[in-house]
Amino acid sequence: MEADNPAQIPLVGYLRLGSHPHLIANECINCGARFFDRRNACAQCGKREFAEVQVENGAVLKAFTIVHRAAPGIPAPYVSAIVETEDGTSVRSNVVNCDPDPEMVRLGMKLKLTTYPIGTDDEGTEAIAFGYQPA
Amino acid sequence: MAPTEHSKAPESTPGPSAGRVSDDSVWVLGTSMTRFGRYPDKDAVDLAAEASMAALEDGNATIHDMDVLAAGSLFNASNGMGQRIQKQIGQTGIPVFNVTNACATGATALRTVYLSIKAGEADMGLAVGVEQMGKMGLLGGAGAKKEKKVFEPSGRYGAVTGIDGYIGTEGMPGVFAQAGMEYANDYDGVGFEQFARVAYKNHLHSTLNPLAQYRKEFTMEEIMTSPTMSYPNTLLMCCPTGDGAAAAVLISGQRLKSMPTEVRRRAVKISASVLTSDPYTESSQVQPDVNTLTRNASAKAYESAGVGPEDLDLVELHDCFATAELIHYDNLGLCESGGAGDFIDSGAPFRDGTTPVNVSGGLISKGHPIGATGVANVYEVTTHLRGEADDRQIPDAKVGLAHVIGLGSACGIHILEKAAV
Repeated sequence: MEADNPAQIPLVGYLRLGSHPHLIANECINCGARFFDRRNACAQCGKREFAEVQVENGAVLKAFTIVHRAAPGIPAPYVSAIVETEDGTSVRSNVVNCDPDPEMVRLGMKLKLTTYPIGTDDEGTEAIAFGYQPA
Repeated sequence: MAPTEHSKAPESTPGPSAGRVSDDSVWVLGTSMTRFGRYPDKDAVDLAAEASMAALEDGNATIHDMDVLAAGSLFNASNGMGQRIQKQIGQTGIPVFNVTNACATGATALRTVYLSIKAGEADMGLAVGVEQMGKMGLLGGAGAKKEKKVFEPSGRYGAVTGIDGYIGTEGMPGVFAQAGMEYANDYDGVGFEQFARVAYKNHLHSTLNPLAQYRKEFTMEEIMTSPTMSYPNTLLMCCPTGDGAAAAVLISGQRLKSMPTEVRRRAVKISASVLTSDPYTESSQVQPDVNTLTRNASAKAYESAGVGPEDLDLVELHDCFATAELIHYDNLGLCESGGAGDFIDSGAPFRDGTTPVNVSGGLISKGHPIGATGVANVYEVTTHLRGEADDRQIPDAKVGLAHVIGLGSACGIHILEKAAV
Protein backbone atom coordinates (compact mmCIF):
# COMPACT_ATOMS: atom_id res chain seq x y z
CA MET A 1 0.00 0.00 0.00
CA GLU A 2 1.06 3.61 -0.49
CA ALA A 3 1.57 5.82 2.52
CA ASP A 4 -0.89 8.71 2.56
CA ASN A 5 2.00 11.07 3.04
CA PRO A 6 4.89 10.33 0.71
CA ALA A 7 7.38 11.30 3.42
CA GLN A 8 5.97 8.74 5.82
CA ILE A 9 5.58 4.96 5.78
CA PRO A 10 3.76 2.83 8.35
CA LEU A 11 5.88 0.41 10.39
CA VAL A 12 3.53 -2.40 9.39
CA GLY A 13 1.09 -2.89 6.55
CA TYR A 14 -1.94 -3.11 8.84
CA LEU A 15 -1.43 0.45 10.12
CA ARG A 16 -3.14 3.11 8.01
CA LEU A 17 -1.88 6.67 8.39
CA GLY A 18 -3.59 9.89 7.27
CA SER A 19 -5.88 12.17 9.21
CA HIS A 20 -7.40 9.27 11.19
CA PRO A 21 -4.72 6.69 11.75
CA HIS A 22 -6.14 3.25 12.43
CA LEU A 23 -5.46 -0.47 12.09
CA ILE A 24 -7.01 -2.69 9.48
CA ALA A 25 -7.59 -6.43 9.63
CA ASN A 26 -8.63 -9.22 7.31
CA GLU A 27 -11.96 -10.37 8.70
CA CYS A 28 -13.51 -13.72 7.89
CA ILE A 29 -16.88 -12.95 6.32
CA ASN A 30 -18.29 -16.12 7.85
CA CYS A 31 -17.26 -16.08 11.51
CA GLY A 32 -15.75 -12.63 11.99
CA ALA A 33 -12.30 -13.79 13.11
CA ARG A 34 -9.72 -11.12 12.41
CA PHE A 35 -6.14 -11.46 11.23
CA PHE A 36 -3.42 -8.87 10.74
CA ASP A 37 -1.71 -10.96 8.10
CA ARG A 38 -2.96 -12.95 5.10
CA ARG A 39 -4.51 -16.36 5.60
CA ASN A 40 -5.39 -19.03 3.08
CA ALA A 41 -8.39 -20.09 5.12
CA CYS A 42 -9.83 -18.85 8.38
CA ALA A 43 -7.97 -20.38 11.34
CA GLN A 44 -11.26 -20.65 13.20
CA CYS A 45 -13.85 -21.84 10.69
CA GLY A 46 -11.94 -22.72 7.55
CA LYS A 47 -13.88 -20.49 5.17
CA ARG A 48 -11.82 -18.71 2.55
CA GLU A 49 -13.33 -15.28 2.09
CA PHE A 50 -12.11 -12.25 3.95
CA ALA A 51 -13.00 -8.57 3.95
CA GLU A 52 -10.73 -5.73 5.01
CA VAL A 53 -12.15 -3.97 8.06
CA GLN A 54 -11.17 -0.99 10.16
CA VAL A 55 -10.34 -1.76 13.79
CA GLU A 56 -11.68 0.58 16.49
CA ASN A 57 -9.08 2.88 18.05
CA GLY A 58 -10.43 2.68 21.62
CA ALA A 59 -9.15 -0.22 23.72
CA VAL A 60 -8.61 -1.58 27.22
CA LEU A 61 -5.41 -3.02 28.66
CA LYS A 62 -5.67 -6.80 29.07
CA ALA A 63 -2.08 -7.70 29.91
CA PHE A 64 1.28 -5.95 30.05
CA THR A 65 4.90 -6.33 30.92
CA ILE A 66 7.55 -3.70 31.46
CA VAL A 67 10.54 -4.74 29.41
CA HIS A 68 13.88 -3.76 30.90
CA ARG A 69 16.09 -6.05 28.81
CA ALA A 70 15.04 -5.06 25.32
CA ALA A 71 16.06 -6.08 21.84
CA PRO A 72 19.16 -4.28 20.52
CA GLY A 73 18.43 -0.68 19.56
CA ILE A 74 15.14 -0.50 21.45
CA PRO A 75 14.93 2.12 24.22
CA ALA A 76 14.11 0.49 27.57
CA PRO A 77 12.25 0.23 29.80
CA TYR A 78 9.09 0.20 27.74
CA VAL A 79 5.59 -1.14 28.23
CA SER A 80 4.56 -4.08 26.04
CA ALA A 81 0.89 -4.95 26.11
CA ILE A 82 -2.02 -6.91 24.81
CA VAL A 83 -5.02 -4.67 24.40
CA GLU A 84 -8.58 -5.45 23.43
CA THR A 85 -10.20 -2.90 21.17
CA GLU A 86 -13.77 -1.70 21.63
CA ASP A 87 -14.82 -4.03 18.82
CA GLY A 88 -13.22 -7.03 20.55
CA THR A 89 -9.96 -7.42 18.63
CA SER A 90 -6.79 -8.36 20.48
CA VAL A 91 -3.81 -6.26 19.46
CA ARG A 92 -0.18 -6.54 20.53
CA SER A 93 1.38 -3.14 20.98
CA ASN A 94 3.39 -0.87 23.21
CA VAL A 95 1.66 1.40 25.71
CA VAL A 96 3.13 4.84 25.09
CA ASN A 97 2.96 8.22 26.81
CA CYS A 98 2.69 6.40 30.14
CA ASP A 99 5.49 5.92 32.69
CA PRO A 100 6.92 2.38 32.51
CA ASP A 101 6.11 1.85 36.18
CA PRO A 102 3.84 -0.91 37.56
CA GLU A 103 2.10 1.76 39.64
CA MET A 104 1.17 3.75 36.55
CA VAL A 105 0.18 0.96 34.18
CA ARG A 106 -3.11 -0.53 35.33
CA LEU A 107 -4.82 -3.63 34.02
CA GLY A 108 -8.19 -2.65 32.58
CA MET A 109 -7.19 0.96 31.89
CA LYS A 110 -8.76 2.67 28.88
CA LEU A 111 -6.46 3.37 25.97
CA LYS A 112 -6.55 4.99 22.56
CA LEU A 113 -4.46 4.36 19.46
CA THR A 114 -1.81 6.91 18.61
CA THR A 115 1.10 7.07 16.19
CA TYR A 116 4.68 8.26 16.49
CA PRO A 117 7.83 8.33 14.36
CA ILE A 118 10.57 5.77 15.02
CA GLY A 119 13.20 6.73 12.45
CA THR A 120 13.99 8.21 9.05
CA ASP A 121 15.66 6.49 6.11
CA ASP A 122 18.25 7.89 3.76
CA GLU A 123 15.59 9.23 1.42
CA GLY A 124 13.95 11.18 4.21
CA THR A 125 11.03 8.84 4.65
CA GLU A 126 9.84 8.59 8.22
CA ALA A 127 8.67 5.26 9.64
CA ILE A 128 5.53 5.65 11.76
CA ALA A 129 4.66 3.14 14.49
CA PHE A 130 1.44 2.81 16.44
CA GLY A 131 0.96 2.50 20.16
CA TYR A 132 -1.82 2.90 22.69
CA GLN A 133 -1.84 5.76 25.18
CA PRO A 134 -4.04 6.32 28.21
CA ALA A 135 -7.39 7.70 26.98
CA MET B 1 -1.53 -32.65 54.28
CA ALA B 2 1.40 -34.98 53.79
CA PRO B 3 1.88 -36.43 50.31
CA THR B 4 1.20 -39.90 51.66
CA GLU B 5 -2.33 -38.85 52.55
CA HIS B 6 -3.30 -38.22 48.95
CA SER B 7 -6.44 -39.88 47.78
CA LYS B 8 -5.49 -42.46 45.22
CA ALA B 9 -7.40 -44.20 42.51
CA PRO B 10 -9.22 -47.09 44.14
CA GLU B 11 -7.31 -50.35 44.05
CA SER B 12 -10.22 -51.94 42.25
CA THR B 13 -9.85 -49.63 39.27
CA PRO B 14 -8.84 -51.74 36.31
CA GLY B 15 -5.70 -50.60 34.60
CA PRO B 16 -2.18 -49.71 35.53
CA SER B 17 -2.41 -50.03 39.30
CA ALA B 18 -3.95 -53.46 39.03
CA GLY B 19 -0.53 -54.99 38.65
CA ARG B 20 -1.11 -56.48 35.25
CA VAL B 21 1.00 -55.65 32.24
CA SER B 22 -1.05 -55.35 29.10
CA ASP B 23 0.79 -56.17 25.91
CA ASP B 24 0.05 -52.81 24.32
CA SER B 25 1.17 -50.70 27.28
CA VAL B 26 4.41 -48.71 27.12
CA TRP B 27 6.90 -48.41 29.94
CA VAL B 28 10.03 -46.52 30.90
CA LEU B 29 12.69 -49.18 31.30
CA GLY B 30 15.71 -46.99 31.85
CA THR B 31 16.41 -43.29 32.14
CA SER B 32 19.19 -40.87 32.86
CA MET B 33 20.20 -37.25 32.59
CA THR B 34 23.43 -35.35 32.76
CA ARG B 35 23.64 -32.63 35.33
CA PHE B 36 22.42 -29.47 33.64
CA GLY B 37 24.99 -26.71 33.48
CA ARG B 38 27.70 -25.45 31.21
CA TYR B 39 30.01 -27.82 29.39
CA PRO B 40 32.41 -25.74 27.28
CA ASP B 41 34.71 -28.76 26.87
CA LYS B 42 32.02 -31.06 25.47
CA ASP B 43 29.69 -30.82 22.53
CA ALA B 44 26.01 -31.71 22.26
CA VAL B 45 26.84 -35.14 20.82
CA ASP B 46 29.00 -35.94 23.86
CA LEU B 47 26.21 -34.94 26.22
CA ALA B 48 23.55 -36.88 24.30
CA ALA B 49 25.74 -39.98 24.11
CA GLU B 50 26.50 -39.80 27.81
CA ALA B 51 22.81 -39.65 28.73
CA SER B 52 21.95 -42.37 26.20
CA MET B 53 24.57 -44.82 27.45
CA ALA B 54 23.51 -44.23 31.04
CA ALA B 55 19.81 -44.71 30.24
CA LEU B 56 20.55 -47.96 28.41
CA GLU B 57 22.66 -49.19 31.30
CA ASP B 58 19.94 -48.17 33.74
CA GLY B 59 17.47 -50.30 31.78
CA ASN B 60 19.87 -53.24 31.54
CA ALA B 61 19.79 -52.86 27.75
CA THR B 62 22.15 -51.94 24.93
CA ILE B 63 21.77 -50.01 21.72
CA HIS B 64 21.52 -53.39 19.99
CA ASP B 65 18.18 -53.97 21.73
CA MET B 66 16.72 -50.73 20.35
CA ASP B 67 14.33 -50.80 17.41
CA VAL B 68 14.01 -47.03 17.04
CA LEU B 69 15.78 -43.86 18.14
CA ALA B 70 14.33 -40.36 18.42
CA ALA B 71 16.63 -37.44 19.08
CA GLY B 72 15.29 -34.05 20.07
CA SER B 73 17.33 -30.88 19.80
CA LEU B 74 16.24 -27.39 18.88
CA PHE B 75 19.58 -25.96 17.86
CA ASN B 76 20.93 -29.15 16.30
CA ALA B 77 17.73 -29.98 14.45
CA SER B 78 19.25 -29.98 11.00
CA ASN B 79 22.51 -31.81 11.50
CA GLY B 80 21.42 -35.37 12.15
CA MET B 81 21.78 -35.51 15.92
CA GLY B 82 20.28 -38.99 16.12
CA GLN B 83 22.72 -40.41 13.61
CA ARG B 84 25.61 -38.64 15.33
CA ILE B 85 24.58 -40.26 18.61
CA GLN B 86 24.58 -43.64 16.86
CA LYS B 87 28.14 -43.04 15.69
CA GLN B 88 29.09 -42.53 19.34
CA ILE B 89 27.26 -45.48 20.86
CA GLY B 90 26.47 -47.95 18.10
CA GLN B 91 25.37 -47.82 14.47
CA THR B 92 22.75 -50.53 14.17
CA GLY B 93 20.78 -49.24 11.20
CA ILE B 94 17.52 -48.67 13.06
CA PRO B 95 15.18 -45.85 12.04
CA VAL B 96 16.13 -42.46 13.49
CA PHE B 97 13.79 -39.55 13.93
CA ASN B 98 15.38 -36.16 14.45
CA VAL B 99 12.67 -34.04 16.00
CA THR B 100 12.20 -30.42 16.93
CA ASN B 101 9.11 -28.84 18.49
CA ALA B 102 10.22 -25.71 20.35
CA CYS B 103 10.42 -26.29 24.11
CA ALA B 104 8.31 -29.44 23.70
CA THR B 105 11.11 -31.03 21.64
CA GLY B 106 12.15 -33.59 24.27
CA ALA B 107 8.56 -34.65 24.94
CA THR B 108 8.06 -35.01 21.21
CA ALA B 109 11.08 -37.33 20.95
CA LEU B 110 9.69 -39.41 23.79
CA ARG B 111 6.28 -39.55 22.18
CA THR B 112 7.81 -40.53 18.84
CA VAL B 113 9.29 -43.64 20.45
CA TYR B 114 6.05 -44.23 22.36
CA LEU B 115 4.08 -44.14 19.10
CA SER B 116 6.51 -46.49 17.37
CA ILE B 117 5.94 -49.03 20.12
CA LYS B 118 2.17 -48.45 20.12
CA ALA B 119 2.14 -48.97 16.38
CA GLY B 120 3.79 -52.34 16.83
CA GLU B 121 6.87 -51.36 14.83
CA ALA B 122 9.18 -51.43 17.82
CA ASP B 123 9.47 -53.35 21.08
CA MET B 124 12.07 -51.04 22.55
CA GLY B 125 13.32 -47.59 21.67
CA LEU B 126 15.56 -44.81 22.87
CA ALA B 127 14.45 -41.18 23.22
CA VAL B 128 17.13 -38.56 23.74
CA GLY B 129 16.85 -34.84 24.28
CA VAL B 130 19.88 -32.59 24.20
CA GLU B 131 20.86 -28.96 23.96
CA GLN B 132 24.02 -26.97 24.19
CA MET B 133 23.17 -23.34 24.56
CA GLY B 134 26.26 -21.91 26.21
CA LYS B 135 25.58 -18.38 27.31
CA MET B 136 23.43 -17.40 24.38
CA GLY B 137 21.47 -14.78 26.25
CA LEU B 138 17.82 -13.89 25.91
CA LEU B 139 15.76 -15.92 23.50
CA GLY B 140 13.04 -14.24 21.54
CA GLY B 141 12.70 -11.77 18.75
CA ALA B 142 15.62 -11.13 16.49
CA GLY B 143 15.64 -7.49 17.48
CA ALA B 144 15.37 -4.46 15.30
CA LYS B 145 17.16 -4.92 12.02
CA LYS B 146 19.83 -2.49 11.27
CA GLU B 147 17.92 0.33 9.66
CA LYS B 148 17.84 0.03 5.93
CA LYS B 149 18.79 2.91 3.78
CA VAL B 150 15.30 2.82 2.32
CA PHE B 151 12.28 1.64 4.28
CA GLU B 152 10.54 -1.08 2.34
CA PRO B 153 7.71 -3.27 3.61
CA SER B 154 8.67 -6.92 3.90
CA GLY B 155 7.40 -10.10 5.45
CA ARG B 156 3.87 -11.14 6.31
CA TYR B 157 3.13 -7.93 8.18
CA GLY B 158 4.73 -5.60 5.68
CA ALA B 159 7.12 -4.33 8.34
CA VAL B 160 9.76 -1.77 7.36
CA THR B 161 12.05 -2.71 10.27
CA GLY B 162 12.19 -5.24 13.13
CA ILE B 163 9.02 -5.03 15.19
CA ASP B 164 10.23 -6.53 18.50
CA GLY B 165 10.09 -3.62 20.92
CA TYR B 166 7.91 -1.46 18.69
CA ILE B 167 4.89 -3.72 18.58
CA GLY B 168 5.15 -5.15 22.03
CA THR B 169 7.80 -7.65 23.01
CA GLU B 170 8.84 -10.91 21.43
CA GLY B 171 11.34 -11.67 24.20
CA MET B 172 10.50 -14.75 26.22
CA PRO B 173 10.52 -13.13 29.70
CA GLY B 174 8.04 -10.56 28.43
CA VAL B 175 5.78 -12.93 26.51
CA PHE B 176 5.37 -15.10 29.61
CA ALA B 177 5.08 -12.06 31.84
CA GLN B 178 2.08 -10.98 29.80
CA ALA B 179 0.55 -14.45 30.09
CA GLY B 180 0.84 -14.18 33.86
CA MET B 181 -0.48 -10.64 33.95
CA GLU B 182 -3.48 -11.66 31.87
CA TYR B 183 -4.26 -14.20 34.61
CA ALA B 184 -3.74 -11.49 37.23
CA ASN B 185 -6.21 -9.35 35.30
CA ASP B 186 -8.81 -12.10 35.39
CA TYR B 187 -8.42 -13.29 38.99
CA ASP B 188 -7.88 -11.75 42.41
CA GLY B 189 -4.99 -12.63 44.67
CA VAL B 190 -2.39 -12.88 41.94
CA GLY B 191 0.47 -10.42 41.67
CA PHE B 192 4.19 -9.85 41.87
CA GLU B 193 4.51 -11.58 45.25
CA GLN B 194 2.77 -14.77 44.12
CA PHE B 195 4.95 -14.98 41.04
CA ALA B 196 8.06 -14.39 43.17
CA ARG B 197 7.01 -17.15 45.58
CA VAL B 198 7.04 -19.64 42.70
CA ALA B 199 10.69 -18.81 42.09
CA TYR B 200 11.43 -18.93 45.83
CA LYS B 201 10.02 -22.47 45.93
CA ASN B 202 11.92 -23.75 42.91
CA HIS B 203 15.26 -22.31 43.98
CA LEU B 204 14.66 -23.89 47.41
CA HIS B 205 13.79 -27.26 45.89
CA SER B 206 16.91 -27.25 43.73
CA THR B 207 19.18 -27.29 46.76
CA LEU B 208 18.31 -30.99 47.13
CA ASN B 209 18.94 -31.92 43.49
CA PRO B 210 22.56 -32.76 42.60
CA LEU B 211 21.65 -32.62 38.88
CA ALA B 212 20.39 -29.03 39.00
CA GLN B 213 22.33 -26.29 37.25
CA TYR B 214 21.94 -24.02 40.27
CA ARG B 215 21.48 -25.16 43.87
CA LYS B 216 21.12 -21.97 45.83
CA GLU B 217 18.30 -20.76 48.03
CA PHE B 218 17.24 -17.14 47.67
CA THR B 219 15.03 -15.06 49.94
CA MET B 220 11.81 -13.54 48.66
CA GLU B 221 13.47 -10.14 48.94
CA GLU B 222 16.45 -11.24 46.88
CA ILE B 223 14.11 -12.58 44.22
CA MET B 224 11.90 -9.49 44.14
CA THR B 225 14.82 -7.06 44.05
CA SER B 226 16.97 -8.87 41.52
CA PRO B 227 17.17 -7.02 38.19
CA THR B 228 13.87 -6.80 36.33
CA MET B 229 13.95 -8.58 32.99
CA SER B 230 10.32 -8.02 32.06
CA TYR B 231 8.05 -7.02 34.93
CA PRO B 232 6.98 -8.95 36.91
CA ASN B 233 9.73 -11.43 35.95
CA THR B 234 13.01 -10.57 37.62
CA LEU B 235 16.27 -12.33 36.77
CA LEU B 236 15.74 -14.92 39.52
CA MET B 237 12.27 -15.66 38.13
CA CYS B 238 13.67 -16.65 34.71
CA CYS B 239 15.20 -19.98 33.70
CA PRO B 240 18.86 -19.87 32.67
CA THR B 241 20.31 -21.03 29.38
CA GLY B 242 22.47 -24.11 29.73
CA ASP B 243 23.73 -27.41 28.41
CA GLY B 244 22.57 -30.92 29.13
CA ALA B 245 20.96 -34.11 27.92
CA ALA B 246 18.43 -36.65 29.12
CA ALA B 247 17.42 -40.02 27.75
CA ALA B 248 14.82 -42.69 28.28
CA VAL B 249 14.53 -46.27 27.09
CA LEU B 250 10.92 -47.28 26.44
CA ILE B 251 9.63 -50.82 26.13
CA SER B 252 6.36 -52.50 25.23
CA GLY B 253 4.38 -54.29 27.91
CA GLN B 254 4.66 -57.49 25.93
CA ARG B 255 8.45 -57.34 25.90
CA LEU B 256 8.63 -56.18 29.50
CA LYS B 257 6.94 -59.37 30.64
CA SER B 258 9.93 -61.33 29.42
CA MET B 259 12.36 -59.27 31.49
CA PRO B 260 13.86 -60.46 34.79
CA THR B 261 11.96 -59.49 37.93
CA GLU B 262 14.57 -57.01 39.11
CA VAL B 263 14.29 -55.15 35.79
CA ARG B 264 10.48 -55.21 35.76
CA ARG B 265 10.34 -53.96 39.32
CA ARG B 266 11.92 -50.66 38.36
CA ALA B 267 9.85 -50.15 35.21
CA VAL B 268 7.42 -47.25 35.27
CA LYS B 269 4.27 -47.19 33.20
CA ILE B 270 3.47 -44.39 30.77
CA SER B 271 -0.25 -44.20 31.36
CA ALA B 272 -0.74 -41.13 29.20
CA SER B 273 1.29 -39.58 26.38
CA VAL B 274 -0.31 -36.52 24.86
CA LEU B 275 0.78 -33.85 22.43
CA THR B 276 -1.39 -30.87 21.48
CA SER B 277 -1.05 -27.70 19.44
CA ASP B 278 -2.99 -24.51 19.97
CA PRO B 279 -6.54 -24.45 18.67
CA TYR B 280 -7.89 -21.17 17.35
CA THR B 281 -8.48 -18.56 20.01
CA GLU B 282 -9.02 -14.90 19.27
CA SER B 283 -6.16 -13.52 21.33
CA SER B 284 -3.67 -16.15 20.18
CA GLN B 285 -3.48 -14.43 16.81
CA VAL B 286 -1.33 -11.72 18.39
CA GLN B 287 0.23 -13.47 21.41
CA PRO B 288 0.97 -17.09 22.18
CA ASP B 289 -1.88 -18.71 24.12
CA VAL B 290 -0.11 -21.11 26.46
CA ASN B 291 -3.30 -21.96 28.31
CA THR B 292 -5.80 -23.56 25.95
CA LEU B 293 -3.51 -26.25 24.56
CA THR B 294 -2.27 -27.12 28.05
CA ARG B 295 -5.87 -27.45 29.27
CA ASN B 296 -6.70 -29.64 26.30
CA ALA B 297 -3.61 -31.79 26.85
CA SER B 298 -4.22 -32.26 30.57
CA ALA B 299 -7.88 -33.17 30.05
CA LYS B 300 -6.88 -35.78 27.51
CA ALA B 301 -4.04 -37.08 29.68
CA TYR B 302 -6.19 -37.47 32.79
CA GLU B 303 -8.85 -39.24 30.78
CA SER B 304 -6.33 -41.52 29.13
CA ALA B 305 -4.60 -42.42 32.40
CA GLY B 306 -7.80 -42.72 34.41
CA VAL B 307 -6.40 -40.46 37.11
CA GLY B 308 -7.22 -36.93 38.21
CA PRO B 309 -5.05 -34.07 39.42
CA GLU B 310 -5.86 -35.07 43.02
CA ASP B 311 -4.07 -38.36 42.41
CA LEU B 312 -0.74 -36.76 41.49
CA ASP B 313 2.07 -37.22 43.98
CA LEU B 314 4.35 -34.89 42.06
CA VAL B 315 4.27 -32.67 39.02
CA GLU B 316 7.13 -31.41 36.88
CA LEU B 317 5.68 -28.53 34.86
CA HIS B 318 7.10 -26.00 32.45
CA ASP B 319 8.25 -23.12 34.66
CA CYS B 320 10.35 -21.35 32.06
CA PHE B 321 9.36 -18.22 33.99
CA ALA B 322 7.69 -17.87 37.38
CA THR B 323 4.63 -16.35 35.71
CA ALA B 324 4.28 -19.50 33.59
CA GLU B 325 4.30 -21.93 36.51
CA LEU B 326 1.54 -20.04 38.29
CA ILE B 327 -0.91 -20.18 35.39
CA HIS B 328 -0.18 -23.84 34.76
CA TYR B 329 -1.42 -24.72 38.28
CA ASP B 330 -4.79 -23.72 36.88
CA ASN B 331 -4.27 -25.15 33.39
CA LEU B 332 -3.36 -28.56 34.81
CA GLY B 333 -6.28 -28.49 37.24
CA LEU B 334 -4.00 -28.58 40.29
CA CYS B 335 -6.00 -25.76 41.90
CA GLU B 336 -9.52 -24.40 41.78
CA SER B 337 -10.28 -22.33 38.70
CA GLY B 338 -8.83 -18.88 39.31
CA GLY B 339 -7.15 -20.06 42.49
CA ALA B 340 -3.48 -20.22 41.48
CA GLY B 341 -2.55 -17.33 43.76
CA ASP B 342 -4.07 -19.02 46.81
CA PHE B 343 -2.50 -22.30 45.74
CA ILE B 344 1.06 -20.99 45.94
CA ASP B 345 0.33 -18.87 49.02
CA SER B 346 -1.03 -21.95 50.81
CA GLY B 347 2.20 -23.85 50.25
CA ALA B 348 0.47 -26.61 48.28
CA PRO B 349 3.11 -26.92 45.53
CA PHE B 350 6.07 -26.97 47.93
CA ARG B 351 7.70 -30.38 48.34
CA ASP B 352 5.94 -30.90 51.69
CA GLY B 353 2.61 -29.64 50.35
CA THR B 354 -0.39 -31.44 48.92
CA THR B 355 0.82 -31.36 45.29
CA PRO B 356 4.59 -31.00 45.07
CA VAL B 357 5.49 -29.11 41.90
CA ASN B 358 8.98 -29.00 40.41
CA VAL B 359 10.80 -30.71 43.26
CA SER B 360 13.75 -30.93 40.84
CA GLY B 361 14.10 -27.16 41.03
CA GLY B 362 12.22 -26.76 37.79
CA LEU B 363 13.48 -24.98 34.73
CA ILE B 364 14.11 -21.92 36.87
CA SER B 365 16.89 -23.57 38.85
CA LYS B 366 17.46 -27.08 37.50
CA GLY B 367 17.93 -25.43 34.12
CA HIS B 368 16.41 -25.57 30.66
CA PRO B 369 18.68 -26.93 27.92
CA ILE B 370 15.68 -26.85 25.62
CA GLY B 371 15.72 -30.20 23.83
CA ALA B 372 16.59 -32.06 27.04
CA THR B 373 13.81 -30.62 29.18
CA GLY B 374 10.92 -32.79 28.02
CA VAL B 375 12.90 -35.97 28.72
CA ALA B 376 14.53 -34.72 31.92
CA ASN B 377 11.14 -34.14 33.55
CA VAL B 378 10.24 -37.76 32.79
CA TYR B 379 13.58 -38.79 34.33
CA GLU B 380 12.66 -36.84 37.45
CA VAL B 381 9.18 -38.29 37.85
CA THR B 382 10.42 -41.82 37.08
CA THR B 383 13.15 -41.52 39.68
CA HIS B 384 10.62 -40.57 42.37
CA LEU B 385 8.23 -43.35 41.38
CA ARG B 386 11.09 -45.82 41.71
CA GLY B 387 11.88 -44.44 45.15
CA GLU B 388 15.40 -43.58 44.05
CA ALA B 389 15.40 -39.78 44.39
CA ASP B 390 17.52 -39.76 47.56
CA ASP B 391 17.37 -36.45 49.45
CA ARG B 392 14.63 -35.03 47.30
CA GLN B 393 12.44 -38.16 47.27
CA ILE B 394 8.72 -37.52 47.60
CA PRO B 395 7.67 -40.30 49.98
CA ASP B 396 5.55 -43.09 48.56
CA ALA B 397 5.15 -41.43 45.15
CA LYS B 398 2.96 -43.52 42.85
CA VAL B 399 1.68 -41.17 40.15
CA GLY B 400 3.38 -38.19 38.54
CA LEU B 401 2.89 -35.82 35.65
CA ALA B 402 5.48 -34.23 33.36
CA HIS B 403 4.48 -31.19 31.29
CA VAL B 404 6.25 -29.03 28.75
CA ILE B 405 5.13 -26.31 26.44
CA GLY B 406 6.86 -24.79 23.47
CA LEU B 407 5.74 -21.53 21.93
CA GLY B 408 4.10 -21.64 18.62
CA SER B 409 2.70 -23.76 20.28
CA ALA B 410 3.18 -27.39 21.33
CA CYS B 411 2.28 -28.98 24.65
CA GLY B 412 3.46 -32.40 25.77
CA ILE B 413 2.15 -34.21 28.84
CA HIS B 414 3.19 -37.60 30.13
CA ILE B 415 1.57 -39.25 33.14
CA LEU B 416 3.67 -41.94 34.75
CA GLU B 417 2.63 -44.57 37.25
CA LYS B 418 4.44 -46.90 39.54
CA ALA B 419 3.01 -50.33 38.98
CA ALA B 420 3.54 -53.61 40.74
CA VAL B 421 4.82 -55.90 38.03
